[in-house]
Amino acid sequence: MKQVVFLLILIFNLLSGVSQQPKRITVCETCELKSITEAIKTASDHDTLVIKKATYKEYNILVDKPLTIIGENYPVIDGEDKGEIIRIVSDNVTIDGLFIINVGTSYTSDYAAIRVVKSENFVIQNVVLEKLFFGIYLEKSNHGKVYHNKIVGDAQDEYNSGNGIQLWYSHNIEVSNNIVQGARDGIYLEFSHNVKIHNNKSTDNLRYGLHFMFSDDDVYTDNVFENNGAGVAVMFSKRITMKGNTFRKNWGTAAFGVLLKEINDAEIIENTFEENTIGIHIEGSNRITYKGNNFIKNGWGIKVLGACYTNTFSANNFLYNSFDISYNSKLNDNVFDGNYWSNYTGYDLDKNGIGDVPYRPVKLFSYVVNQTPEAIILLRSLFMDIIDFSEKVSPVFTPDNLMDINPLMTKVQ
Amino acid sequence: MFKILKYSFYDLIRSRWSYVYFLFYLLLGFVLLFLNNDISKAIITLMNVIIILVPLISTIFGIMYFYNSKEFTELLLAQPIKRSSIFLGQYFGVAGSLTLSLVFGLGIPFVLYGLFKSDAIFDFTLLLVTGAFLTLIFTVLSFNIALSNENKIKGFGYAVLLWLFLAVIYDGLFLMSLIVFKEYPLDGFSLAATMFNPIDLSRTLILLKLDISALLGYTGAVFKKFFGTDQGLFISMFMLVLWTVLPIWRLVIISKKKDF
Repeated sequence: MKQVVFLLILIFNLLSGVSQQPKRITVCETCELKSITEAIKTASDHDTLVIKKATYKEYNILVDKPLTIIGENYPVIDGEDKGEIIRIVSDNVTIDGLFIINVGTSYTSDYAAIRVVKSENFVIQNVVLEKLFFGIYLEKSNHGKVYHNKIVGDAQDEYNSGNGIQLWYSHNIEVSNNIVQGARDGIYLEFSHNVKIHNNKSTDNLRYGLHFMFSDDDVYTDNVFENNGAGVAVMFSKRITMKGNTFRKNWGTAAFGVLLKEINDAEIIENTFEENTIGIHIEGSNRITYKGNNFIKNGWGIKVLGACYTNTFSANNFLYNSFDISYNSKLNDNVFDGNYWSNYTGYDLDKNGIGDVPYRPVKLFSYVVNQTPEAIILLRSLFMDIIDFSEKVSPVFTPDNLMDINPLMTKVQ
Repeated sequence: MFKILKYSFYDLIRSRWSYVYFLFYLLLGFVLLFLNNDISKAIITLMNVIIILVPLISTIFGIMYFYNSKEFTELLLAQPIKRSSIFLGQYFGVAGSLTLSLVFGLGIPFVLYGLFKSDAIFDFTLLLVTGAFLTLIFTVLSFNIALSNENKIKGFGYAVLLWLFLAVIYDGLFLMSLIVFKEYPLDGFSLAATMFNPIDLSRTLILLKLDISALLGYTGAVFKKFFGTDQGLFISMFMLVLWTVLPIWRLVIISKKKDF
């Protein structure tokens, strides 16, 4: 049997052309091939280019055949601020272990360190990008992987900086284990469906850590978004899943852990929102399940602004937020059930772990602050506590059906 | 002055009320920590207690002490002692013993529950410093009231009214004015209004630590500068010192002029 298989393989190899055996081409300062552009020209399909450690001053490198480009000990490609550095226009390209710096800045075209255009099955991994405009830009490219890259930008102003990782009309992509910092938007998605964003760390970006619009069926797991200008913005998308992410220290007048705008049928599970000005800001989002999230020490745990229907909040922990929930209207169509509220003052006489008195998470004071923002300075004053208490007894300004009937007595683990 | 301070201080340290006050805080601290077992939550509750209760107790204690020791004061006045040292001595004796009860009463349970190992130590220190300042301020305010009113009932009434005004009514008026004038930029006004009330001032100081994320949600350059930098802490501290020093200064002036 073994012999037959061997024979078959041999015949197959002969038919497919032995002369096309993949080669290894080495590029270095003292080699025959001194530039990457030249090497790509001489290479044939499925070859491997090994780039030795040196500084290559090149830009507009066009990868137009299926190649594997591997850097040894992080060779530097210096674009000298002249424009785009690598453009991939072929399927099955792998880029591994390069150090790319000085991408050109332009106000008319989006220069990127690595741009993938209309290609499939690409892998970009272990790449370090510094001094960039756009980092990794995927344009109408599907079934790729962006893995374990480090992108360090030095963005100062929004108008002349670009995004760390940008996906535009790119589907079925996996973006995982990347570190993005100091860009305009850390990770940006537009019209990209079925994307998996996993275990990335997006910090200190100028605008959003993660920003996506019109991208359905995407999954976000175990990412960390910290200290971004405006946190994370999620807009106009359906059926997304966010699980196990951490949103931390997004402070400012328009900063959110997550901003949800026109998001429908999503699942937000087991995320942690810590010390944000607003944990989750919800606008026009329906049928979302919030389960097992931790809201810790935020200014506002959840801020609901108009037209949010049939959302369920269950088994979440609300710990030491200045305001747990804020509403701007008297209408409520959302369900709060079985959450733990650190501000709950009720009792549990039958000892079933559920408080015997419902908890009203919306305080009158949050309503006052919505009307006159300066009043925030009266937070935790005795006068406000007295008013809040009277509102709690007989709700006038806040939705009277908004309450958690089964508030938990102990934290959800 | 120090002799009188020492005398007042020891007199109070030996008195029952200091112990009651001390035990009250001790009990409060233990109960809070026992119920929550979470230092940061206990600190929030404690803050509410401190900014309301400390002024109340200091005011009442101060005014009671002044009226009670009036005969002794008159006896001292007959001696060749400077008037300012008599009154300052008494004042620091009262304020000192109250502060001591507060610091030890709250300090002991928190230290036993592992304060030094938690990251809440700075918040807690701030809480104690604020509490101490509130004691100093409200004791001297009550001394001022007592000195200006011979009638005990009247003096007592004024003192309670002062507390009620600063703790509750002031914030009500403050909120009303914010709502009435909401068309105008009010961030400068609201910060200034906070400065004129020691209770609000200490509340703000604690908010700076506990609720900074909410405070930064407001759009306003003045707010942002005040809360976003160390400026807020320094200005609030400076104002608290001013709130202590100015009434003491008045106490000295009045006591020199007063005809006993």
